Amino acid sequence: MSIDGKYAVPTVAVHTDIFYPVTQSVVRMNGMPRMRQAYVPQPIMGKTPQQLRAYIDGPDMKTGRPFMQEVIEGLTRPLDSQDLRDSSFDRSTPRFLEVDTEENLQAMFEENNWTDFLPIVLPTEERVEAMLKNTSHARDEIIGRMRPTNFREYWAYDVEKVAVNAVMAGARPEYFPAILAMAASGVSARGSTTSSAAAMCVVNGPIRHELQMNSGTGAMGPYNHANATIGRAWGLLSTNLQGGSTPGLTYLGSQGNNYAYTSITFAENEERSPWEPFHVQHGFKPDQSTVSLFGGARATSFTLGLRENYWEKHVLNLVRGFDPHTELVFVLDPITARQFVDRGSFDTKEKLIEWVHRNATMEAAEYWDYQLIQNYIYPRATYGEEPFASRLAVPSEEMLPMFLEDEIHVTVVGGETNGYWRIFAAGYRGTFNVDEWR
Amino acid sequence: MAAGDRIRVHNPMGFPPKVTHKPLAPRLNTLDGKTVYLVDCRFDDSDIFLKQMQAWFSENMPGVKTVFKPINSVYTKDDPATWEEIKENGDAAVVGVGH
Repeated sequence: MSIDGKYAVPTVAVHTDIFYPVTQSVVRMNGMPRMRQAYVPQPIMGKTPQQLRAYIDGPDMKTGRPFMQEVIEGLTRPLDSQDLRDSSFDRSTPRFLEVDTEENLQAMFEENNWTDFLPIVLPTEERVEAMLKNTSHARDEIIGRMRPTNFREYWAYDVEKVAVNAVMAGARPEYFPAILAMAASGVSARGSTTSSAAAMCVVNGPIRHELQMNSGTGAMGPYNHANATIGRAWGLLSTNLQGGSTPGLTYLGSQGNNYAYTSITFAENEERSPWEPFHVQHGFKPDQSTVSLFGGARATSFTLGLRENYWEKHVLNLVRGFDPHTELVFVLDPITARQFVDRGSFDTKEKLIEWVHRNATMEAAEYWDYQLIQNYIYPRATYGEEPFASRLAVPSEEMLPMFLEDEIHVTVVGGETNGYWRIFAAGYRGTFNVDEWR
Repeated sequence: MAAGDRIRVHNPMGFPPKVTHKPLAPRLNTLDGKTVYLVDCRFDDSDIFLKQMQAWFSENMPGVKTVFKPINSVYTKDDPATWEEIKENGDAAVVGVGH
């Protein structure tokens, strides 16, 4: 769109057909509804040159006309009156919905994809007012912008809109500062990525106890009101404040992700951890309350404890199972955290992180051949971005670290019923102060 | 509230931005003698696809000069240097393969 609209060079954009609704929506919302687009079959990835040539020789997947005819006419057919018509329009969001029965309103929320298809609490004025009493911020203060992916437009929201979604999630009013911190971060828990990523939130500081959050037995499961509804609120507010999370339109995760229901939200077990809390690692004081947000949560691996003789190999086996484009979050039961101290002399999280960085390696040729490395790292390397650019000079048979140190994270949670521990593939988005939202 | 009571609730949606019209560039009369940039967005083997398109032009429209041009970095980043190059040296562009 930039080349055509901003640089005035006639352009055709080629997409695969599965993305037809998305691409039509994106050009409309960017004020270019008549942008020339042509469609080939999905997928491109993994096809031979001959198969892709057949796409080019074949029909456009939406019009049925020859694909290359669509391309050539897209560059040469004169603009018509519809192309020249002003496509500007304004949109507004009424503060309230039309008065109706509870049954009809519940149905309306589902029909509009405003829920996660579990029952919601209807955001009545009374309930929203109760939520708003738990912050000093004005209800009409615009506190953030959010969008499901880079190519969509940002939507904005105020404190009251966040309260509405917090009510819907079933959150208690006292949870509101934590939910506001999540919302104000601008980090969406409902990215539209085809990779079906979910989100994760680690809560630190005194707020864990104030809200009676669970950092012990069952902390990551459906066993605590605050853990469950704070995470759910992040998901619902992301859906609605960014302008939707609708499959095929604003959500494209091919398989979807069950983690998205509550966005893997838990409190770190600071009291039983041998290390400093996660938020302190990131520059906060122990007595500050924070939410640390992660996106791209897709995969998990696990094992039990650290065996005396082969623990290093066992850990690295888990790590090797992940795509090197992701980041890693070690989620350790306190039993295993102490085993890492005992077995590896990792008396800080940073020492464990450095060890994983140094020892989790793969051949350079294998590293560069990963599809996600090709999509997201190789272009940055050829652009000269370090440390990736230097890696291009590494001989193909030499070993490369799979993960940078700042792509490896460690947190402690669990009730010590056993030493099971997990690694999540998830990317750190930042740690945000809850106290500012009280 | 009793079943059947009519109640008023808040709208949960955020505030969308105004959509502002952006005009399309004037189209070309012909591609003959023109330079068409085939812009590789470097996603999921789009380079292989666009090189096949380059071959198609060579075989079917030899009067069209094509330039295979990968963007400088990842598709999530704007690339004004490439857009400026196309504006300076090209007449048209095909960008692929988006998703």
